[in-house]
Amino acid sequence: MAVIIERLFEGFAINCKLFGLTLLFALPLGLIISFGSMSKFKPLAYAVKTFVWIIRGTPLMLQLLIIFLGPGLMGMTNPWPAGADGRLAAATVAFVINYACYFSEIFRGGIETIPKGQHEAGQVLGMTKRQIFFKVTLLQVIKRIVPPMGNEIITLVKDTSLARIISCKEIIMMAQEYTAKGLIGPLFSTGLYFLAFVGAVTLLMGYAERKLDYFRV
Amino acid sequence: MAILEVRDLKKHFGPVNVLNGISFSLEKGEVLSVIGSSGSGKTTLLRCLNFLETPSGGQIHVKGECLFDAADPSTQKEAGVRKKRLHFGLVFQSFNLFPQYTALQNVTLAPQLLAREREDYRQDRARILAEIQEEGQSLLEQVGLADKLHSYPHQLSGGQQQRVAIARALALKPDILCFDEPTSALDPEISGEVLRAIRRLAEQHMTMIIVTHEMGFARDVSSRVIFMDGGLIAEEGPPEALFGSPKSQRLQAFLQAVR
Ligand SMILES: Nc1ncnc2c1ncn2[C@@H]1O[C@H](COP(=O)(O)OP(=O)(O)OP(=O)(O)O)[C@@H](O)[C@H]1O
Ligand SMILES: [Mg+2]
Repeated sequence: MAVIIERLFEGFAINCKLFGLTLLFALPLGLIISFGSMSKFKPLAYAVKTFVWIIRGTPLMLQLLIIFLGPGLMGMTNPWPAGADGRLAAATVAFVINYACYFSEIFRGGIETIPKGQHEAGQVLGMTKRQIFFKVTLLQVIKRIVPPMGNEIITLVKDTSLARIISCKEIIMMAQEYTAKGLIGPLFSTGLYFLAFVGAVTLLMGYAERKLDYFRV
Repeated sequence: MAILEVRDLKKHFGPVNVLNGISFSLEKGEVLSVIGSSGSGKTTLLRCLNFLETPSGGQIHVKGECLFDAADPSTQKEAGVRKKRLHFGLVFQSFNLFPQYTALQNVTLAPQLLAREREDYRQDRARILAEIQEEGQSLLEQVGLADKLHSYPHQLSGGQQQRVAIARALALKPDILCFDEPTSALDPEISGEVLRAIRRLAEQHMTMIIVTHEMGFARDVSSRVIFMDGGLIAEEGPPEALFGSPKSQRLQAFLQAVR
């Protein structure tokens, strides 16, 4: 019993790692992609929008497989180191690209709904573009995107289990070892891990919303 | 010498000609009101002066310095625009306060950011910031908001928000302060407090350009009035002449309509 719990924790550590790394890289990358899709340079904007459309329009599972297996099967040198680390790296790259595209759409929505007057007020006060973005717009954008971001992050928690398609030993894959031995309990209990994690995320998002409640946009 | 000189200013958006050659000059301490029917180009004129729009033709000179000349590309570089904007202040019809900052923070934000570019900022940081803070407080006191320094915009009435916006514009000590219908988003009973704040600035000889639909106010606050029609100055003169004995038919009709 204790062994099972330990093994499941071991698996869940993979889920957590994938979750953390994805957030860490996909948030800034998503912001950059959103700038690209709003660029005044139309070819860039269209290219970025097409890319986002492809990534959002195809299953993450497919992207995982292509990124992990693609380079090797297409005759390139396989960029992924052998073993568990290599598989986790591949999964991280796939997740980061996928989630950055989803996040970019949320950022874009948040940025585009900020009234033009906010930007212009900054301009006539002699602020630089950078200053306007960081000092005026950003916090308003954050306030607007906390709820949709919360939903996306909760989806990410659960999506991390997709990594088992490229044999990342995440929690559900661990539990399946036991179903093979005729035990269903471990599989059920994986749900508890996810529930606890999602619960924590939900609390955190609620906290962020309350923190930003002191002003209206 | 005139503090502001605008020569033959033109602006079109694609095929739509909005300003068709506006020329006027402004002496230091003068209050110029701009009136005219909807769509006559008043907002566009202020936006050109504040470099929110790039004029299609003409020149803008402030204190003898050429800030914009459509014929001289060296005056149109993006890099210089930020400095040029500082000659002007603009108070918007819709206030555009920054919602996440208190009244005082709204007023002090831009001066704080600007101070970072000063050479003595590193050594004297604390003193400079304290001065900005004090200056901000005194500006808010001047517009009658001494007790609202730490209120957020959503906690203020429209009239109070607009007075914060005025203090915010003043904090950068512009040479010329522009107002775009500062009271048209406000209930009539609240407009008074904003108009009083502007009137006090006029008494202190702040140079101002005020686009307004408040004819009574334009009449007694301004030293000169411009009537715009179809992107041109149709009539111009002291308020008594313009309101007392309008020459053009368009102005007569306009004054009839707004009365
Ligand atoms: N960015 C723009 N693109 C296209 N047309 C514009 C733009 N800005 C203004 N216009 C047009 O220019 C004309 C003048 O607009 P402007 O806002 O300067 O008028 P106004 O005198 O301020 O009117 P109001 O009293 O209604 O505020 C209008 O016909 C408007 O549709
Ligand atoms: Mg207007």
